[in-house]
This record gives sequence, structure tokens and C-alpha cells, in this order.
Amino acid sequence: MYAIEVNNLTKSYGEVRALDGVSFAVRRGELFGLIGPDGAGKSTLFRLLTTLLRPDGGEAKVDGLDIVKDYLAIRSRVGYMPGRFSLYPDLSVEENLSFFAALFGVKAEESYDLIEPIYKQIEPFRTRRAGKLSGGMKQKLALSCALIHRPSVLFLDEPTTGVDAVSRSEFWDMLAGLKQRGITILVSTPYMDEASRCDRIALCNEGRILGIDTPADIVSNFNSRLYGISSERTFALLEAARAQRGVVECYPFGECHHLVVDEQFDVAQFTASLSDFNDLVIKQVEPTIEDMFIKLMKR
Amino acid sequence: MRTFLVLFQKEFLQIRRNPFMPKLIIIFPIMIMLLMPLVMTMDVKNVNVAVVDLDRSTTSRRIASHIEASEYLTLATTTAEFPLAMQALEQGDVDVIVQIPDHFERDMISSTAKRISISANAVNATKGGMGMQYVVQTIARTLVELRGEKSPIEISELVTIENRYNPTLNYRHYMIPALMIILFILVCGFLPALSIVGEKEVGTIEQINVTPVSRLTFTLGKLSPYWLIGLFVLTVAMIVARLVYGLAPLGSVGLIYLGAALFILVISGFSLTIANFSETMQQSMFVMFFFIMLFMLMSGLLTPVDSMPLWAQHFTIILPPRYFIDILRSVYLKGTTLVDMWQNFAALGIFAIVFNTLATLTYKKQA
Repeated sequence: MYAIEVNNLTKSYGEVRALDGVSFAVRRGELFGLIGPDGAGKSTLFRLLTTLLRPDGGEAKVDGLDIVKDYLAIRSRVGYMPGRFSLYPDLSVEENLSFFAALFGVKAEESYDLIEPIYKQIEPFRTRRAGKLSGGMKQKLALSCALIHRPSVLFLDEPTTGVDAVSRSEFWDMLAGLKQRGITILVSTPYMDEASRCDRIALCNEGRILGIDTPADIVSNFNSRLYGISSERTFALLEAARAQRGVVECYPFGECHHLVVDEQFDVAQFTASLSDFNDLVIKQVEPTIEDMFIKLMKR
Repeated sequence: MRTFLVLFQKEFLQIRRNPFMPKLIIIFPIMIMLLMPLVMTMDVKNVNVAVVDLDRSTTSRRIASHIEASEYLTLATTTAEFPLAMQALEQGDVDVIVQIPDHFERDMISSTAKRISISANAVNATKGGMGMQYVVQTIARTLVELRGEKSPIEISELVTIENRYNPTLNYRHYMIPALMIILFILVCGFLPALSIVGEKEVGTIEQINVTPVSRLTFTLGKLSPYWLIGLFVLTVAMIVARLVYGLAPLGSVGLIYLGAALFILVISGFSLTIANFSETMQQSMFVMFFFIMLFMLMSGLLTPVDSMPLWAQHFTIILPPRYFIDILRSVYLKGTTLVDMWQNFAALGIFAIVFNTLATLTYKKQA
């Protein structure tokens, strides 16, 4: 049985189609990632699944319950951490925690074993106002509050946006720990490098899902040779490389450009025709999820 | 029940933590009650009078001295030339001109007597009108006095005046209940709306919406702190009215609290409803302001409902403060009992139910 089943879900805001026929299913105990840029419809999907919005069409089930008919029952079974920090900034850490516990009709202590690995890191600051916490600590508090009623499904909308690299990595360790306890987690992120921490990922763009697979399989389906090229004259190189024979795609990728090529491509010929870039470096690289994303998006 | 208590407690905690709110709740009523009654007065004082004395008799001098002695009138100048007085009126130095004609004293008893003429500057209609009246009264009193001295027969005054319930016609006693209502409208009308829209802006309402908390519990949790704050504000205002202006209710204090308890529910339910339809603070504030103008200017707080045009009088039926001002003024000044005013309480009760039901129904946990 699936923890989340989404079938052809659509949602529009006026003229704008935020979700355009999205379907996927998340297994119980799975850590499932929604990867995509801003405006891909990730937050809308979260708001639909947490019953904050009603869909225009299609259907979805969370924990076996319909998001339209059984919305009340869903609310006590899911935990939701919105993209924006939305706890009470003028209440302290422990006040926020016991407030949300009470709203769900539980006592904070009853769930302590579940949240302990996360909460103990912010416990020294339990009397501090939530608004005065650092980004990483806010995120840990928000996660603790989302877990306080022992939800079976956890929705995390861009939990690591605006958080430093170390805290981000720690956060994914915490998610792995929660997964161990059987909680199904749906998490969205605009950072492709975080995708590899998920069991499976869905690449989404402009309200559609481009592909769903494990991070490893997504990459192995790339099926093209990929080179990284670099030179001092970055922009000129990008223009020149795009004009060469056998080059399907050339796009900036961090410090170098990534070059997607077909079978007509020849490295020697490529270097020869770009001889005026005397510092040109070209080497074959392994494709990443981001390369796959760009490939699917262009298709 | 436990959920309600938690929401209630959280709301109070937030108010207390706010660096500005607790001060506002205490200082605001004291300031309004201390300051406003002093400046909001319809009593006209310092009316400048010019006497154009063409008669130059004992009578005319007596009139002038009585004007000078009056609490409300100031004798600005005495002259024998009307144009001079008129010039002063045009320059704004004088508000009322009294012209006493030639041979006024001599002809006073005959039927052909020339009349005293009074001209007033009525640009400020209240000051002109009231000033004129004071002058007429002063002159009439002087003449009665003079006649009494001349004729051995005692002439009694034909009209006697008594102001019931507010014997000294103290405008402050009339205004203080209105000020209390204005306080409720400002404190209990604005704060709940700001609190809800604030949660929308910060995003915390979204976190509440994914919990199983019911709409009614949430609305009650938002409402009740302001209910208590409103009653606190009333207590402060009543104490100030008693200590500073010596105004204590003639009727039962319990009735005042009962009316206030209902009225605060009405006004905060109204405020919550507006907040439910607003996305931003500006939006909710602007809409609230519009209604507060209606409430303040049309409910009979400042001007009597009875002197409005008939259509406006009918319109006031849907303005809740109208009922509460009736209750407050009657209990404070007349000592009216519940039996005589149950309709006002019933109206407030109905409004309380309607607005709070609306507030609950329009609060959407789902878009």
C-alpha cells in the first residue's frame, strides 16, 4: 500500500496552471524528493496534500484517505513544515512546541523519543524566542513541531532553503533517522545535490513531472556522453562551443560548461576548431541529476 | 476545551510579549478619558459682545454690566457707533453685537418702544446660535430685574427651566459614555483584526490550519482575550470618570458590565469577520476605518440620532453602538433598569450572535 497516491492532480490560480496533471505514488517509509526550480508547483502540491487547498481536478490519497472527502482525518495524521518559517516568533522554543502539541491533543513529552535527536540540539535554547533563533535552529524547531503528534506522513516544503551547508547536511541525516522509524517523508528542494539523499525523486517543472526514479537510475538514464570544458573567456567559449558539430547542448555548470554531445562529436576536431581558446580544457565528466534535469526540461 | 485554553493562553502571551500592546491597553483609556472630555465640549464660552449704547441710561448700563458679569460672555467694547461695532464683528474680534436704541429706558413701558437688536456672527453656527441665546437670556433677566425694582407688584418669571438627569447640563456627563464606546471600538475593534491578519502575514495561520483545531475553537480563542481586555478598559474608564469628573452611574454597575460584555463581543466578532476577508494589515485597517466612521458619527455618540434625517434614523437600527450608547447613558444618567431597556440588550445579543457566527463561518481553513 502506498502512503501517498496522486492521480492526475490539477490546480490553477486564475489563468496560471500551477499543477498540470501530476501523478505519482510514494511507498510507506520512503523518503521521496520533489526536485525542481521555483514555480514548478511544488508548494501547491504540498498545500493540496496537506488539505490547505482543494484541487481543481484529479484525486489524491494520503495515508489511504482522500484529500477532499477525508481532509479532517488527514490533518491529524500528517506533519507539515511550510517553506517559510511559520512558528510564533514571539513565543519561546518550548512554548511553540507545547502549543502545537496541545493543538493536536497530545503532550510534548509523549513524543519526546521521536523528536529527541532533533530537539536535543536546540534544547539549550528552549527559553529563547523562536524569532531569535538562527536559520538552522529555526528549521530544527519547525521539524520538531511538525513531528510532535507522531504523524505517519511528513511533508517538508523546501526545508533547507536559506540554511547553511553544514546544517543542510545535518538535516538530511535527521531525515534518514526519521525514515528508520517508518515515517514516510515527502520533501521538496531546489538543490539538485540534495536529491541523492532521497530514495526516489520526481523531477518537476512548470506544474508537470518530468521523470520519477531513484537518483542513481535517473543519472544512468542520461545515455549521452558529457564533457566539461573551461577557458578564461567563459562566455565566448559558450557561444563558440554551441556552434560545433555534434554538440547537442552546452550550458554553464558551476566553474565550467557542460557539453552534451551525440555520436558525430569528435574531441580532436572540437579542440582544433576552438584553437584560439589557448587555455581550453576539455574532459569527460559523469552526468549529475542536474544534467538530467536540463535534458528533460529541454525535451 | 483544553485546545481553547491553549489558544487563549497563547494569545495572551503574545499580547504580553508585545513591547507596545500592554502599555497601549493601560495608557490609552486613561489618556482618552482624561483628555477628551476637556476638549470635547459643546458649551460655548468666551463669546465676545459689543454693546452699541445709544440710550446711555441706567438700564443700558445695567445690561452692559450684566453681560460683563456673565460666565459665558465677555464684554469686548461699548461704543455709541454701530459701524465701529460692525467692523469689529467683521474682523472677528466680536461675535455678537447688542444695539440699545435711543430713549429705550424712557419708552420701555410704552407700547411704542423701540427694540433692542442683536446681531451675531453665525459662521460658526454653534457659537453664533448659542452666543445669541445667552445674550437674549441675560438681557431678559436684566429687564425683569428692573421692572421688579420699579413696580411694587412682584412679577414672577413666566417660565421655569429644569434639566432632568443632567441638572447642570454638563456636556461632559453626556460625552463620557460616548468616549467609553469609542474606546471599545478602537481597542476591541482593531486588535482582533490585527491579530488575525498578523498571523496571515507571518504564515502561522497556515500551521494552525493543518491541525485538527475547529473553526469555532480558533475563533473563540481569538475573541476571548479581547473580551477580557475590553472589560478591563471599561473598568479603567469608569474609575477615571468617577475620580476625575465625579460621574458615577446612577443605575446598576452590573448592567453596564452586561452591556459592555455583549458590545465587545459584537465589535470583536465584526472585526474578526473583516480580518477573515483581508489578506493584509492595510486592507483590514482601511475597511475597519470605514465602518468605525459610520459607528462613531451615526450611532448617536456625538450627535443625537433624533436630529438626523428620517432615512438616517432608520439606518441606525443596524448600527450596534446605537444600542449600547442608549444603555450607557440611561444607566449612568437616569439609573434605568434592565426591565426598561431589555430591547437594547436583546439587540446587542442578536448582533453578537450574528457577527460571531459570521466570523466562524468566514474563517476558512481551506482555500
